[in-house]
Amino acid sequence: MSEFVQIVLSGLATGSIYALAAIGFTLLWQASQTINFAQGEFVMLPAFFVLVGMHVIGLPMLVSIALALVLSLLVLGLAFKKLVIEPMLPHGTLPIVMATIALGLLMKEAVKEFYSAEAQPFPALVPGDTIRLFGATISAQDLANLAISMLAVLALQLFLNGTRTGRSMQATAQNPAVAEILGVNIKRMVLYTFLINAALAAIASILISPIYLAKFSNGESLGLVAFIAAIVGGFNQIRGALVGGLLIGVIDNLAATYVSAQYRAAVPLILLIIIILVRPQGILGKAEGRAV
Amino acid sequence: MPYRMILILLGIVALVLAPLSQGNYGIYVLCSWLIFSIAAMGLNLTLGYAGQVSLAQAAFMGIGAYTTALMTMAGVHWSFAAAASMGLCFLVGLGLGYPALRVQHHLLAFVTLAFNTLVFLVLRNEEWLTGGSFGIVGIPRPSFFGIETTKQLSFYYFTLVVFLIVAVLFYGVVRSPWGRAFKALRENPIRANSLGVDIRRMTLLAFAIGSALGGLAGALAAPLVQFIDPPAFALVHSLKLLLMVMVGGAGYFFGPMLGAALVTVLPEFLRFTEGYYLMIYATTVLVLMVVCPTGLIGLGKRMVARFRPQRVERGDLKQGAQL
Amino acid sequence: MNAATPVLSVRNICKSFGGIHAVRDVSFDVGAGEILGLIGPNGSGKSTLFNCILGQLRPDSGQVSVNGKQVAGMRACDLNKLGVGRTFQMLQVFPQMTVLDNIILAGQEHHGNMLTRLFGPPDAGLTEEAERLIEFFRLGHLRDELAGSLSYGQQKLLDAAMAFMAGPSLVLLDEPAGGVNLTMLASLKERLKAFNAERGTTFVVIEHNMEFVMSLCTRVLVLADGAIIAEGKPEEIRRNSQVIEAYLGG
Repeated sequence: MSEFVQIVLSGLATGSIYALAAIGFTLLWQASQTINFAQGEFVMLPAFFVLVGMHVIGLPMLVSIALALVLSLLVLGLAFKKLVIEPMLPHGTLPIVMATIALGLLMKEAVKEFYSAEAQPFPALVPGDTIRLFGATISAQDLANLAISMLAVLALQLFLNGTRTGRSMQATAQNPAVAEILGVNIKRMVLYTFLINAALAAIASILISPIYLAKFSNGESLGLVAFIAAIVGGFNQIRGALVGGLLIGVIDNLAATYVSAQYRAAVPLILLIIIILVRPQGILGKAEGRAV
Repeated sequence: MPYRMILILLGIVALVLAPLSQGNYGIYVLCSWLIFSIAAMGLNLTLGYAGQVSLAQAAFMGIGAYTTALMTMAGVHWSFAAAASMGLCFLVGLGLGYPALRVQHHLLAFVTLAFNTLVFLVLRNEEWLTGGSFGIVGIPRPSFFGIETTKQLSFYYFTLVVFLIVAVLFYGVVRSPWGRAFKALRENPIRANSLGVDIRRMTLLAFAIGSALGGLAGALAAPLVQFIDPPAFALVHSLKLLLMVMVGGAGYFFGPMLGAALVTVLPEFLRFTEGYYLMIYATTVLVLMVVCPTGLIGLGKRMVARFRPQRVERGDLKQGAQL
Repeated sequence: MNAATPVLSVRNICKSFGGIHAVRDVSFDVGAGEILGLIGPNGSGKSTLFNCILGQLRPDSGQVSVNGKQVAGMRACDLNKLGVGRTFQMLQVFPQMTVLDNIILAGQEHHGNMLTRLFGPPDAGLTEEAERLIEFFRLGHLRDELAGSLSYGQQKLLDAAMAFMAGPSLVLLDEPAGGVNLTMLASLKERLKAFNAERGTTFVVIEHNMEFVMSLCTRVLVLADGAIIAEGKPEEIRRNSQVIEAYLGG
């Protein structure tokens, strides 16, 4: 029993990080119909910003993290929107998919060539102590990860529901035409969405890298997990992406213990296929009103 | 158009002469270009002509390569093994097409993406059959009526013959009423259905034929390298194939061949760029998608249209002006 | 088929959405060679009825038959093979295909089988027939142009021509006059009439434009609140006080 609790708790901890990536993915889809195939690389890259700050420039860790956050906002938020997505919007979904695939490739290769092809150790935010909880041993790191990502999601929810800007963003996502008539500056709202996605990716990156080590190819599996979490939860809902992320984290951990280590990765994929075929709108999602 | 015929003949002559000045490695690169062209042509049918997004073409190459490897090593002749590979991929492709009847576009991309990863896991984990991560070594090269293909040059001509046969058949399919129905499916499935096109059947066929060509490419790749392992058929290669089709020009006959050349042959000429080639390639794709999402062929057509004198007299002004 | 069987027979169709009766107990027949107009104010149930006939909506009760055959639940492609052509409210051509290819596509599924369509001639032997139809709709000079490059009016003609290519016994036209300018409208009407006279094809037309309906149709049905309130020749409908009431009195 205590083993089970332990597995679920550490699954929730990694799942909450997946959820951050999945929420960003969902936000981008809502705001601009962008399917970001580079989302995994978005989570891979900020960790290397931190490493550059610490090891190349020689800044202290917290300053490097702040620097990484700012760089992420500029590169993954502003530049991504202005230089890649915006000029391509009139061409439709498929070229955007291609472009983000190419962008992911570019980011991966750039990190490999300019930093390192080897996995890099990454400093953890909290010491590696363990805590006993309900008879289970859980690492302080897991708890901190869970707490920080939940705080981030909570802050995002408060912002979206509690502020004028947040509500305008929601209106833009739901019906851009009406939002525009109501005087919402759509372009700015979409830009905010891209910035939020960049920030979420940076947080996820800093939380997950101490566990997986920072490596240029991390994005492949992280991206896949983010897609699966977003679709399983409900492609058009933040709540869905959160639930999806947590669910995948837990299922992944359970599968590793109880199914087989070899086919661990297959379980979320099969879940994905079943969800898409049986309930394409996701567990919590509403059917998309858009005509295909 | 006779001048187009001359161009094609010249192209074939060039393909025949190309390997003569090359060493073993150069011929290997040409072979893999032809093989990737076949796989990309298959994907072009599914994506470019019929408009169905598939991120699983590398998985079909894998299924074809393993099937051929296992069968030829058990003593079956390559031609039967290749036919079996295509048949198997055709059937699996039909199965993969079923989700396309329920979901479209982005969701379909994810189903096929998940499928590719599942195939990879099976190839890696079922060691008793596939050799696991060690792969399969020592795949024999076929011989036809006593002619061996063990030499790199003869294997190239064997690949070239298969490629040309595929190209001719493919051309036949896209020109046939089937090809027209595929295009109609891409452009407006609802209207196509109301005109008697069985869109369910055509969607499945687009997947199945495209997948079968992926299988054939795999059946050629196995004896070329004589060694196969799972990473060669991972998701990232499906993405690469997708980029080949889009960069060359989806829905154009020669698009995939051009796209495949950019990924397989061009890097060899750009050796001096070393590890930066993929970055240059990725940047080029980004720029191309911004400037001209119809790919290089689309870009070329646009250029030609700019230099060719505009149709002076607009046809519709002659008698249809009142419309 | 014998002369007594109507081309289209609609019997006691009812359809409601969440308690709102969109179509209530509608029955009518359309005979060979008729041009039937289906008119009514907005929300009168025209479109719902149309979609029930085309099998896109399943009526709550009632039956639709074409040439004596039940069509409920039939897929659009099978309905088309049964001899029902249609156009859509929104323009629906294949923009990246040539005019000729658009027309051949509209006929090819009615010729041969899957094998002959793969191994037979690329045009399914339809080029001549398609060219005749293109000429008939005065699009001959645009034969090899991409459909997407045509003017709106020309695309509208092409759209109609596609519905006729397979030689259907019944064609349903959904607001053919929508968004079309006056000169173009006259020529569309004239072509439809000519086609009807030449081949005896039956038409059912949904339309808002009263002038267009009155001058095109041989018979008109008026729908209000989901039920038929009047039926007759165009000139009778024009004088019918109930119809005027429905349109003006709402």
